[in-house]
Amino acid sequence: MYALTRLLFALLWIFCLSVTPARAAPDKLVIGITQFPSTFHPNIDAMAAKSYIHAMVARPFTTFDKDWQLVCLLCTELPTIENGMAKTEQTPEGKSGIAVTYAIHPQATWGDGVPVSTRDVLFTWKVGRHERSGVGNIELYRSIYKIDVIDAKSFTLHFDKLTFDYNAINDFILVPAHLEEPHFSEPDKYKNRTAYDTDSLNKGLYFGPYLISEVSPGSHVVLEPNPTWYGKAPAFKRIVVRAIGNTAALEANLLSGGIDMIAGELGLSIDQAVSFEKRHKQAYNVIYKPGLTYEHIDLNLENPLLQDLRVRKALVYAIDRKAISERLFDGRQPVAHTSVNPLDWVYTKQAPQYDYAPQTAARLLDEAGWTVRKGGIRHNAQGDKLAFEIMTTAGNRTRELVEQILQSQWKAAGIEIKIKNEPARVFFGQTMTERRYTGMGMYAWMSSPENVPRTTLHSDHIPTSANNFSGQNYTSFRNPEMDALLEQIELQLDRSKRRELWQRLQVIYAEELPVIPLYFRANAFILPKWLTGVEPTGHQYSTSLWIENWGSR
Amino acid sequence: MTRFIFNRLLQSALVLAVMSFAIYGLMGLMPGDPIDLMITSDPKITSEDAARLRALYGLDAPISERYWHWLSGALSGDFGFSRMFARPVFEVIWPALANTSILLGLSFIIALMIALPLGIIAAVRPYSGLDYGINLFVFAGISVPPFWLALLLMMLFAVVLGILPAGGTAEAAGASGFWQGLKYLVLPIASLTIASIGGHTRYMRASMIETLRNDYIRTARAKGLSERQVITGHALRNALIPVVTIIALDFGYLFSGALVTETIFAYPGMGKLIFDAIMGNDYNLAMITLLFATAFTLFGNFLADVAYTWLDPRLSFGESDQ
Repeated sequence: MYALTRLLFALLWIFCLSVTPARAAPDKLVIGITQFPSTFHPNIDAMAAKSYIHAMVARPFTTFDKDWQLVCLLCTELPTIENGMAKTEQTPEGKSGIAVTYAIHPQATWGDGVPVSTRDVLFTWKVGRHERSGVGNIELYRSIYKIDVIDAKSFTLHFDKLTFDYNAINDFILVPAHLEEPHFSEPDKYKNRTAYDTDSLNKGLYFGPYLISEVSPGSHVVLEPNPTWYGKAPAFKRIVVRAIGNTAALEANLLSGGIDMIAGELGLSIDQAVSFEKRHKQAYNVIYKPGLTYEHIDLNLENPLLQDLRVRKALVYAIDRKAISERLFDGRQPVAHTSVNPLDWVYTKQAPQYDYAPQTAARLLDEAGWTVRKGGIRHNAQGDKLAFEIMTTAGNRTRELVEQILQSQWKAAGIEIKIKNEPARVFFGQTMTERRYTGMGMYAWMSSPENVPRTTLHSDHIPTSANNFSGQNYTSFRNPEMDALLEQIELQLDRSKRRELWQRLQVIYAEELPVIPLYFRANAFILPKWLTGVEPTGHQYSTSLWIENWGSR
Repeated sequence: MTRFIFNRLLQSALVLAVMSFAIYGLMGLMPGDPIDLMITSDPKITSEDAARLRALYGLDAPISERYWHWLSGALSGDFGFSRMFARPVFEVIWPALANTSILLGLSFIIALMIALPLGIIAAVRPYSGLDYGINLFVFAGISVPPFWLALLLMMLFAVVLGILPAGGTAEAAGASGFWQGLKYLVLPIASLTIASIGGHTRYMRASMIETLRNDYIRTARAKGLSERQVITGHALRNALIPVVTIIALDFGYLFSGALVTETIFAYPGMGKLIFDAIMGNDYNLAMITLLFATAFTLFGNFLADVAYTWLDPRLSFGESDQ
């Protein structure tokens, strides 16, 4: 019996070994991400997983590169007023507008051999501005009131407003007219009929370095080189993007060779990555890229206690954000002082910064009348307690940890904090959007370089029942100078003058403190030692937009 | 028999109708909608865009109106599109259902092949060292949280020993063939099997101990039958009656998937699909997947009644129907 058992185990072992594939060869790359895209249509349904994959099979006209500079990808030269490719003009309504001319790369060709042309530009514009097409962000398409076709490869966009970012058409991603026009005959049904989802493997849908060759919904996507790609030939003959929702399983898959790398855009949280690096530093490169995801605490300025600026300042002075960043994130996530990232060219050091100063916090609270301590908590002369409720997304381990540390630091300053977390869909779906939080709400904003925070700071964007809770100014911050600055920045073309406006905006933000800035979240890219060329961007435009530069040594 | 089947079908249709409304209503009560999820991924979506998209997806209508729209479509054979996968819901469900049937079907069979003999052995020698050993094993299986067990198996066999894949499917790894496919099933099946052996063993043990106390067993032994003949010929069939009921009820579980195991092993089955559909506010997909789970549970109940009558001739369809 014993011998038989041993024999069975030996056979099982041989079976396992015989069917375990060798570690991925350098001409194949398996990427692990935590989401699966809901569609492959570039302009319907915004989703990080789709952007990540689509960046390998198509290119926008323009985007921000790793240095956060606007660059051309599909166009041949970035149009500017200085080089004459952009010209200010009057719109038919007499408003200030601008005409911007782009040239499509002469060799850009869809995967089925049809050249990428101005026909695609016109069709994409038609789809993008149609209210019923399902395109999420139609503002860009609507702001173009006319397109002049110069020839098959060049065209002029006429914008109905003149803003500093007139040449950034990062979200204008072409769809092939020769394949998609028939599906758009009934715009209402287009989102369900688009070939991107009914015929995802059609080569004619893509013109990037890769084509999608296999899709297993919820599981993985396989990409293979596009023979009609006009740029540098990509190094990998096969790329598999696997969706693994559980991050512990994602890590196990990496260690067992099931995947080669974990994408920073949709991968491990920073504390998981730090822990992983300590254990597996020898086998993997871990790149941390602080970016434009801004973790902060919104303060509900309709709360009478929070209307006092001294209390808001005391709240910031009482917390040691630097120590939190160093202890929890190994210093990989820099402390934020305003919503503008130090890597952004408009960042200023002139805005007030609040280092940890518990004595200053105590003095400010004394001045504000919170002097009587009962049970360690400050009270005012009327006997009211200095207490707030803090909310964040339940289940987000990092935020919950930060929340607990902040709670203890504020308690030391005599401020009582009650934690009341909610599932993300409740927190974002109702509590914040309808401003049902009473004190503080901790979450993050994503943005792009030089992103004007109009929707979060302008008084016109305070969500109320009267405006059906539209807008994202959840703090209900009202400041006429801030409103004016937000409007001026958008229209100011002169970079030096714009920088001045941005500096003033950051100063007001830091002085008024409608929000407690915490830190800029970093993405952790976990890469095998043999992988080269991956250059994290730190913003919403994926690292995979430069997939042709990736290779192996 | 015909009346029994007709009554059960009628009851099932009623339950499904009530459940469809309950599921739709509960999903509608959950805060947030798919457009909120889109906004979190694209800071450039304006409030006007959000309102337009809500109207386009029909999310701005009252829940009763939306349910009626869904029901009318469903009754005419149009079950709608999955928002998350951008294709008709049944195109998404069939492959997941097939995957789950293979995964849970195999683990179910293996678990029974292990659990029933273990339960019988433990019952034949109650309170012996062997019984305690089996109990220790089965209680460990019951007590271990499924997610922890799955991760433990993954770490041991995929990371430390490196002899099995950590999850996914053979297709995702670019592999093909029966053995390759089987290899990807080993850890999820092991995880599910270990977790379900315990319950079945305990049911079998308890039922067999109860049966072995009956007078007719004593009579069989007095007639000089061997212990094996007593167990297999006289006790087993009666002891199986409650166990079969439990097994039949588990039938519905086979098609609703193992949420935790499938999610951790990134196995594209029904459990993962239901979870993703609910979390992603994919109403159409969530509705059909949950109704599928309900329908199979009802079918499992029906099978349990049939099996009960088959195993116990004292019962008839008329009695069980009352």
